Amino acid sequence: MRKLLLPSIIIVAASLLLIRIFYLQVINDTFKLKSENNAIKIKYEYPERGYIYDRNGKLLVANQASYDIMVIPREIKNLDTVEFCQLLDITKDDFLKKIAKAKIFSPRLPSVFLAQLNKSEYAAFQEKIRKFEGFYVQKRSLRDYEVDFGANIFGFITQVNEGIIEKNPYYKSGDLIGKQGVEEYYEEILRGIKGVKYIQKDKYNREIGSYKNGRYDTIAVQGEDINLTIDAEIQRYGEQLMINKRGGIVAIEPKTGEILALVTAPSYDPSILVGRQRSKNYTLLYHDSIAKPLYDRGLLAEYPPGSPFKIMTGLVALQEGAIDENTTVFCHHGFSYARGRFMRCHCHGGALQLHRGIYESCNAYFGTAYMRTINKYVKPSYAVDVWSKHVKSFGLGQFMGYDLPTGRRGNIPDSKTYKRIYPNGGWRSTAIVSNGIGQGEVLMTPIQLANMMATVANEGYYYTPHIIKKIKGGTIDPKFKEKHVTTINKELFKPIISGLFDVYNLGTARGVRVEGIDICGKTGTAENYTKIDGKRVKLQDHSIFVAFAPKDNPKIAIAVLVENGGFGSTIAGPIASLMIEKYLRKKITRTDLEKRILETSLRDRYAILGGMKEASAIESSPKDSVLKKRVFQPKTVSTTATKDSTPKIN
Amino acid sequence: MKNQSVKKNIDWICVIIYSVLVIMGWLNIYSSSLSSMEGTSNKQLMFIVLTIPLIFILLFVDGKFYEKYASVIYVIGLLSLAGLFVFGKTIKGQANWYSFGSFGIQPSEFVKSATALALAKYLSDSQINLKDVNRQFQVLSILGLPILLIVFHDPGSALIYCFLIIVLYREGLPAWYIWTVFIAILLFVLTLILQPQYVILLAFITTVIVYWRSRLANRNIIASTLLFTLMSGFVFSVNYVFENVFKQHHRDRFNILLGKTVDLKGIGYNTNQSEIAIGSGGWFGKGFLEGTQTKGGFVPEQHTDYIFTTVGEEWGFVGSVVVVALFVTLFLRIIYLAERQKTKFSRVYGYCTAAILFIHFFVNIAMVIGIFPTIGVPLPFFSYGGSGLWGFTILLFIFLKMDANKVNEW
Repeated sequence: MRKLLLPSIIIVAASLLLIRIFYLQVINDTFKLKSENNAIKIKYEYPERGYIYDRNGKLLVANQASYDIMVIPREIKNLDTVEFCQLLDITKDDFLKKIAKAKIFSPRLPSVFLAQLNKSEYAAFQEKIRKFEGFYVQKRSLRDYEVDFGANIFGFITQVNEGIIEKNPYYKSGDLIGKQGVEEYYEEILRGIKGVKYIQKDKYNREIGSYKNGRYDTIAVQGEDINLTIDAEIQRYGEQLMINKRGGIVAIEPKTGEILALVTAPSYDPSILVGRQRSKNYTLLYHDSIAKPLYDRGLLAEYPPGSPFKIMTGLVALQEGAIDENTTVFCHHGFSYARGRFMRCHCHGGALQLHRGIYESCNAYFGTAYMRTINKYVKPSYAVDVWSKHVKSFGLGQFMGYDLPTGRRGNIPDSKTYKRIYPNGGWRSTAIVSNGIGQGEVLMTPIQLANMMATVANEGYYYTPHIIKKIKGGTIDPKFKEKHVTTINKELFKPIISGLFDVYNLGTARGVRVEGIDICGKTGTAENYTKIDGKRVKLQDHSIFVAFAPKDNPKIAIAVLVENGGFGSTIAGPIASLMIEKYLRKKITRTDLEKRILETSLRDRYAILGGMKEASAIESSPKDSVLKKRVFQPKTVSTTATKDSTPKIN
Repeated sequence: MKNQSVKKNIDWICVIIYSVLVIMGWLNIYSSSLSSMEGTSNKQLMFIVLTIPLIFILLFVDGKFYEKYASVIYVIGLLSLAGLFVFGKTIKGQANWYSFGSFGIQPSEFVKSATALALAKYLSDSQINLKDVNRQFQVLSILGLPILLIVFHDPGSALIYCFLIIVLYREGLPAWYIWTVFIAILLFVLTLILQPQYVILLAFITTVIVYWRSRLANRNIIASTLLFTLMSGFVFSVNYVFENVFKQHHRDRFNILLGKTVDLKGIGYNTNQSEIAIGSGGWFGKGFLEGTQTKGGFVPEQHTDYIFTTVGEEWGFVGSVVVVALFVTLFLRIIYLAERQKTKFSRVYGYCTAAILFIHFFVNIAMVIGIFPTIGVPLPFFSYGGSGLWGFTILLFIFLKMDANKVNEW
């Protein structure tokens, strides 16, 4: 029987091969189709991209027709180059370069020769297209922006690059794809699916009808329209207020997590990235490494939040029983938290309870509250983990999962963080006290700040912030309907909210009250440094303001960051209050304040940054060295001026 | 006249199939190199012409010569492989070439015959009983040495030698060797497709079922446990080797094959293009020199390892069947002749010849049609290359000479 093994293997193996060959050659037709790209011409039909509306149904982004001239280098014959170039208004050099580029991509596949012609350019070319063998016109639809704001929200449309074509077989050279913003995140919904028509050609390259009666043809599927949660009116207003300033505004509807406004400044008119000027304009935006118009500060600007974080410190301390409403702390314009270590404070001093602690933003009070929270447990590493867990239940220190393609984690330290900083251990609450006042290792982005305020407004829950309101013919991600409940008891929010309310009545934001609207808010200031000519220079503080309103049944939660804007109350506070008034009342009563803000320009302050060569010159200093200073100044913990990296762009 | 008797006694069926395959191979090389690689087909033609004197020499040499000097040939073969570590030249990522000016020689193609001779010589001793563990060790060493020397340059060829275990089975190697190899291959593939823990679960269930189903007298709880432990250990080590020892391009080859990764432009390009080329052939193919994929130069290495794609595209399913049928006939014919041999030496050698040719044929075509990982193994008599062609010619014609000689020995 042993004799039979090899012959049997041979026969079985050969049959196996033949079955597979039979499958490849006879049963499966797709290979034949693929190989016949010479004999079969593929025509694509591009569907229109879906429209984008705001929450109230106002049309923001529509489409316009555009025409690309495509070339198949191998098929160019008897071309009158001079006439061709004149017609398209390009130089002969340009022409040769473009042809060479197309040849490198593939001599037998179409690539874009000249993109995005308008109607009249197309008409002139179309007249003579018969003379230009090897060229044809591909119709596409381009974006037509109905508004001149919201560029960071929409993103833009660009041609796919090699990398994308390789990764995703749907895209062919010359196809368009959404980049940044909702155009990127909802690409597949907005894009639709292009249709394919296979056309049989004879050996003289003439089209003789559809291949196999259109058995493999597919019909284009229209892109779906979407509604954003953005309110176009306050988005526009926010961008207007931020003119000549740098920073971001994020407004969220607390009850739903819907993003009402997402402002970054400076920004640009989205329509400059459409048409033949696109690549020139894009290059300008992309290379502006100082103002970074393509960088969404609302999502990406990561800073130690400063005073607004005291809200968290207070809530966690209450939840942990480290303090109660009546706990009194004595402030000597600061407090001595360890031998020889003093944290300064700008409040009026004296004996404070929680309420006044909040509206006067007392460092001593919250430094103490934080230390008590940590000292409650024997092991500080355990205590900081407990604290960290509470804070993270507000969605902080993590990617929040919103539906925009960029973001930053922020940072909420835990025991692991300090194990890295102090590998030998031995640290105690005194070493990390600055976390309590939103400095130290704590980092937050504006959208996280806004989400924190939304959670406080809801007294303990939030919905993941999102920008999609409705997809025509589809449903939005169910995760945006999921309620996230924090680890803080509902009733503990009451005293904090009442303190925040008096920030406007008695505290740091007295100047920007709006008659008839009960606003709860908190000012903040983030210090930042840069390196100029090799020296570390302290820049004007970033101005931060967080708020929600009205106090009962909140409709809007907002975070405002103005880079180098100074104290929270000088510029971020007024902007927040104007935004709130605009959203709730639809009109502005305090026109003098509005005028002042509109006229405020921080250009002079930014000019100092403009002198720098590279954004990378901005440095961050090691944190522990600052902590070891004898006198602890609350705002001197390094906050990198712009800790961002370049925006994600292909 | 000796030559007369060879002429009379040589197995003309094999010779004719051999010639047909070589000529078909050349036609396909001509077609695939027409547009892009001028001179390739001329070079191959020269290699083919040079096989004629080679064949005459092989047939003139006394039949006893091979048996007498088998060990010497084997040792020279091993030395030539060892020499690669010092003098080897790297061509297409494999350092298994000796270079003489513009020509290169791949010793591994010739060592296959040498190993077959050595195996035949060792087993021809009637005293040898492969049930004996010492003998098993010795005979496996004969196989193991060339594997050790070649595996680093050319893992594909190492695989070829492993297959020779089937010849040892024919000569009395216990069946559990075959089972072990079979189960090892099965577990290997399963481990790559599934998670290791599922494979172990599967092995456990199988072991339990086999245990329950076997007769009471055969039940051995210790042996079963040991077997299961061995299988689990193997699964884990496969997983470890795959993740940590294999290089990325090896992993990619398996992942593409198993459908885990789709990457039509990168590493999956070869297989995808060769499938397209073959698939586009249809029933009757596009005709000689009419293959659009072949002309377009879509399939890389088409004239060497991927030569079968030209057959598939230009000659269609019918042509593929003819080629496969010719090969299968040749293999079965060789086995038939081998079983007919009067001496154990020539029988074993014949068996080795069939096994070596077959495994090349199978691995090559299976790779081209996408059911085997990409391994650089040529298609015998078809693929471009002097060393390959001569190596296979030597392998085959030594056997044909032995076969023709059998009358004289009587």
